[in-house]
Amino acid sequence: MTNIVDDKKALICLIANLLRDCNHVAVGAASPIPGAAALLAKATWGTPRFVNILGSVDNNFFTGGGGELFDCAAQGRIDAFFLGGGQIDGQANINLMGRGDYPNCSPRWPGTFGSAYLYFLIPKVILFREEHTRRTLVEKVDFISAPGLSDEKTYRKGGPFGLLTSKAFFHFDKEKKRFRLVSIHPSSSLEDILDNTGFSFDYSEETPLTSPPDPALLEVLNREVRGKVAEVYPNFADTIFPVTSNAGHDT
Amino acid sequence: MPMAIEEISIDDFAKAIPDGAKVAIPADYAGVSMAATRALIRRRAKALYLVGVPTSGLQAELLIGAGCVKTFESSALTLGEYGPAPRFTKAVREGSIHLIDATCPAIHAGLQASQKGIPFMPLRGILGSDVLKNHPGWKVIQNPFAIDDDPIVAIPAIQPDVALFHAPLADRDGNVWIGRKRELVNMAHASKTTFVTVDAISETSLFETEEKAAGVLPALYVGKVCVAPNGSWPLPFWNGADVDDAHMRQYMQMAANDAGFQEYLDQFILQESVPA
Repeated sequence: MTNIVDDKKALICLIANLLRDCNHVAVGAASPIPGAAALLAKATWGTPRFVNILGSVDNNFFTGGGGELFDCAAQGRIDAFFLGGGQIDGQANINLMGRGDYPNCSPRWPGTFGSAYLYFLIPKVILFREEHTRRTLVEKVDFISAPGLSDEKTYRKGGPFGLLTSKAFFHFDKEKKRFRLVSIHPSSSLEDILDNTGFSFDYSEETPLTSPPDPALLEVLNREVRGKVAEVYPNFADTIFPVTSNAGHDT
Repeated sequence: MPMAIEEISIDDFAKAIPDGAKVAIPADYAGVSMAATRALIRRRAKALYLVGVPTSGLQAELLIGAGCVKTFESSALTLGEYGPAPRFTKAVREGSIHLIDATCPAIHAGLQASQKGIPFMPLRGILGSDVLKNHPGWKVIQNPFAIDDDPIVAIPAIQPDVALFHAPLADRDGNVWIGRKRELVNMAHASKTTFVTVDAISETSLFETEEKAAGVLPALYVGKVCVAPNGSWPLPFWNGADVDDAHMRQYMQMAANDAGFQEYLDQFILQESVPA
């Protein structure tokens, strides 16, 4: 249990570092780890200055309705966003629709949400999927909810920055149109990643381990950010901030 | 001043939404009228065309499970952290509902076109996706102002018969306070009429102060108002209750199979006492 909690906190800290150069980060509903990371970055460095968590009341400052997020994205007012998917392939195509032949997918997943739009317009889209298996990371997705790449005549200001899983972090190389392994989390290994990734990717035999989270960052997460996380993601907060382990850090 | 609001029971309110109606419904965070949803199931509504703005959740799940829905047009159906929606999943697998899968901004854009009375709204992105390939209404056109190739997607107007949602307050004139949930205003402007359940009636005009007026949907757009305190239960409400977590867990358990779902309908919807 403790390892799972530590691993999730490490992911939060890793993502927080990726958001440090952003002014405005938006996070979709039901994305507790990216949401916690954005709140952590803001609390630690003051950047991103703006964090919008969809579905939250306290951590959402939009006053223009559900369409405001998309208008903001189209104007370049959002710097980073997160997308996931039941399947992600080596070309960074994502599938949020379902496995098998559309429309009678089995299983059917919720649907495409705003991905078919936001992927084109937000510069730093971080693909985040904890499950790192050949079931989720596939050679070719069954349904393209949003394409990773577009041809030259297509208006495209944004796209995939990288892919973070429970085992590794990959960077997406837009020139080569492939993922490149950046770092391996301590609980995994290169062999494990090769065994469990369904698409081919570039890597070096000397790929470094993912750096452990900075203790100061963890401290801010445990002390300052836990209350905010609990407002938005109560069940998730119960998992990563068990009451007993933080008795001395009540906010 | 004449009372614009007639007192109406939730069941009569639901009867005013005819079978086959195209009904716009908001996402779970924007104020879902679950009270009206239960009344629609009680009156055994048929062949509804739901437009989830831009997504839906338990509301569409229940209506689909109860056999009230012919077409579901939306960007997603999600029960969030409770997991895959069991009745929706089954309906998709069996092909028993007609799906029009979209992406969130395209739903907003279709409604925007309708509220402006224009045939379509162009939208960036979407090109190269299978959502575009499978959507029956969208067309790729050339940007008429560009010299070079510049394909852009044209989203046809979406005009629902009824926009249906839950709000905190209405006044006696039929004005409705929606706070900063502007998507409800867009839904209402785009639809032929709007039906709203509210927690309470304000005895003073919602236009009395500018602070309140800024969040008002004027009565011009509103067809019916029905008082249904806590009408979004068991879903959360932005101006009130948290989600009823225990009930949602119970739903997930019961709806896992046909018999359990029927029992859920019997226990929580069909036998619900119906005084307004």
